[in-house]
Amino acid sequence: MGRKLLTQHINVPGIRNLETYRQHGGYDTLRKAFGMKQEDIVEEVKKSGLRGRGGAGFPTGLKWSFLAKPEGVARYLVCNADESEPGTFKDRYMMEHLPHLLIEGMAIGSFALGCRTSYIYIRGELMYVYHILQKAIDEAYAAGFLGKNVMGTGWDFDLFLQCGGGAYICGEETALIESLEGKRGNPRIKPPFPAIKGVWDCPTVVNNVESIMAVVPIVRDGGDAYAQIGIGKSTGTKLISACGHLKKPGVYEIELGVPVEEFIYSDEYCGGIRNDKKLKAVVAGGSSVPVLPAELILKTANGEPRLMSYESLADGGFATGTMLGSGGFIVMDEDTSIVKNLWTFTRFYHHESCGQCSPCREGTGWMEKLLHKILDGHGTLADVDLLWEIQSKIEGKTICPLGDAAAWPVASAIRHFRSEFEEYVRNPSAIRKDHHYYRVNNLNPELV
Amino acid sequence: MPKVTIDGHTIEVPDGTTILQAARMIGGDVTPPAMCYYSKLKTSGGYCRTCIVKVTKGSEKDPRPMPKPVASCRTTVMDGMEVQNKTAPDLIDARNGVVEFLLINHPLDCPICDQAGECHLQDLSYENGLSKSRYEFKRREFEKIDIGDKIKLHMTRCILCYRRVKVAEQVCDTRVHGVMNRGDVAEISTYIEKAIDNDFSGNMIDVCPVGALTDRTFRFKSRVWFTKPMDAHRDCSKCCGKAVLYMSGNEVLRVSARKDMWGEVEDAAEGKPGWICNECRFEKKEVKDWTIEGPRAIDRHSVIAQNKYLDKKNLKIDVSNQKQIQEKAHN
Repeated sequence: MGRKLLTQHINVPGIRNLETYRQHGGYDTLRKAFGMKQEDIVEEVKKSGLRGRGGAGFPTGLKWSFLAKPEGVARYLVCNADESEPGTFKDRYMMEHLPHLLIEGMAIGSFALGCRTSYIYIRGELMYVYHILQKAIDEAYAAGFLGKNVMGTGWDFDLFLQCGGGAYICGEETALIESLEGKRGNPRIKPPFPAIKGVWDCPTVVNNVESIMAVVPIVRDGGDAYAQIGIGKSTGTKLISACGHLKKPGVYEIELGVPVEEFIYSDEYCGGIRNDKKLKAVVAGGSSVPVLPAELILKTANGEPRLMSYESLADGGFATGTMLGSGGFIVMDEDTSIVKNLWTFTRFYHHESCGQCSPCREGTGWMEKLLHKILDGHGTLADVDLLWEIQSKIEGKTICPLGDAAAWPVASAIRHFRSEFEEYVRNPSAIRKDHHYYRVNNLNPELV
Repeated sequence: MPKVTIDGHTIEVPDGTTILQAARMIGGDVTPPAMCYYSKLKTSGGYCRTCIVKVTKGSEKDPRPMPKPVASCRTTVMDGMEVQNKTAPDLIDARNGVVEFLLINHPLDCPICDQAGECHLQDLSYENGLSKSRYEFKRREFEKIDIGDKIKLHMTRCILCYRRVKVAEQVCDTRVHGVMNRGDVAEISTYIEKAIDNDFSGNMIDVCPVGALTDRTFRFKSRVWFTKPMDAHRDCSKCCGKAVLYMSGNEVLRVSARKDMWGEVEDAAEGKPGWICNECRFEKKEVKDWTIEGPRAIDRHSVIAQNKYLDKKNLKIDVSNQKQIQEKAHN
């Protein structure tokens, strides 16, 4: 059994309530943090090697140390709880079950960074989680863990829960800040980075829910103890939200470095593929990362076992690798249509593009329409080539990573499953759905 | 003062200068195109991605190249930075892609567009566009609407450069319009049935790089290259009163702010942008209202002065091709 740092008490009845949480050591770490120097807490997080669990994997301690500290200017810690990547649902699960762990993490992080006010920005569509969190915040205020003179230390700290409007792009840190300030959730152009100019133009750190929760065991046990878990630069534990054609989909806390094969097939985790079918492909880190066929997700290009770690999953770049991303592990069995799946993903990114920059605004829609054309049996080989070209003209040309998120799945699907696209093109009679295609694209069938 | 090299040309620039500004100081082909950046409007730029450049050396201190193309209008120059604009084939390819994306939902109705001849997108598509669109799906369409009694909005032509929103925020004293919806259905619109009623709203027409906003007092009156642009001024209590009159004979067809070679309003007194008020723009259409200074020199982004689309050498080839085609047809 792997060690559990975040989920060890998740099945305790009533752990959502303050009293039960405290009976299991809740808020003891906050008390310990008050006995430490602020810079020592940042140092512990640095030592732990914790990498941001939202997807990008940037070292959290380093991010904290970048925070500008001008005299007389407020600083903010913002928790990014706007989780909405298709296939990723770990943060929602954790907030639903362990709201006080997040609040404790926010208090410790805010104390370490010298923030007097912090925000949890939650996706507005998660209203039931919002109520759970708000209740927990109220409890924490009543018990003196938040508010004036926290735990008698003389430190005043306010934590606000802010609802977002339900746009995927608001999970991007600068769009989140815009939305938090009450504006349209469009990403800002960086630089300046939030560490210099964030919320209300003040220095700000934006961290994912899991990253903030992980601060609690790091401060409790020490950064070195945390760093001993995992493998290489992928330290600690990671929550993986496994879904798709698995016998036991769900949220699992793994020690980084577990072999992918073990994660998919062992009874401790996913228990294998549903109906004992063959594995076809896996999207390892949420829908925005490249999809890998079975042979490449289980083994690297060199034939070594692929591990659940940042480095191993990225081994070989995008030619043979992918990313750990946010930990949204989507498994597809042999019956899955990659083209259809890709269309679903692309449709999502088209819908969620903010529309600020031209390649993302126009390119995501174009890709979706081409995929729809291919999927409905009207595509040509030239369409597949065009699709490849469009994604290459979006990737890396946009303000924020949404363009990349839309382009990578398309690139990887064509790279690894081109034959499947060609099959759709070459055997259209089996799949052609004239009426739907023509109706959606407002075309006259006689003229096409 | 940092030194930057763009396409092999080195220049020393003040701190805080962006790559685009540095390129404009060098001038010529080194300058990337810009559809959304407008130096007189704060926080503009970064959206259209036409000005992307390749930074092959970050700075003297950190010579690593930047991993992705950057928007030159929002990237500050560092000492020792080396940039490629026209000299990087992959960047030209990327820019071609951006132009193709921009043209997906921008109709090439230049023959009937009032902006024809002074449209930045027209220039850009001439230089970087394909001769044929590869986009075969339905394009977005909007009804033309009057936003106020002097401005018509052709949302179909809009490329969402956000310039006019910045004008409303920074130049006008009230803002009743903005961007609604998101993605490729995003549109500029006024707040429910509100008309734009502000003394400086006409400047939105000047900043629009395409023909999405047109002057209702000028619409369809003349092609811009048939007009004679004249510098003129008048004593105005609201604005700088310095304008360009587009004349036909003794008739003033259109009044606009004075623009520089980059299509941006020139500075008036004390280095402030020379925005003009609606009274000067829309109501003073008599020669007697103005003191005419003389013909205006227009040196870029316009066919008015130099017939830039007619390269004589290519024209000869075209003529000979046409002759051959005609001869073949006759035979």
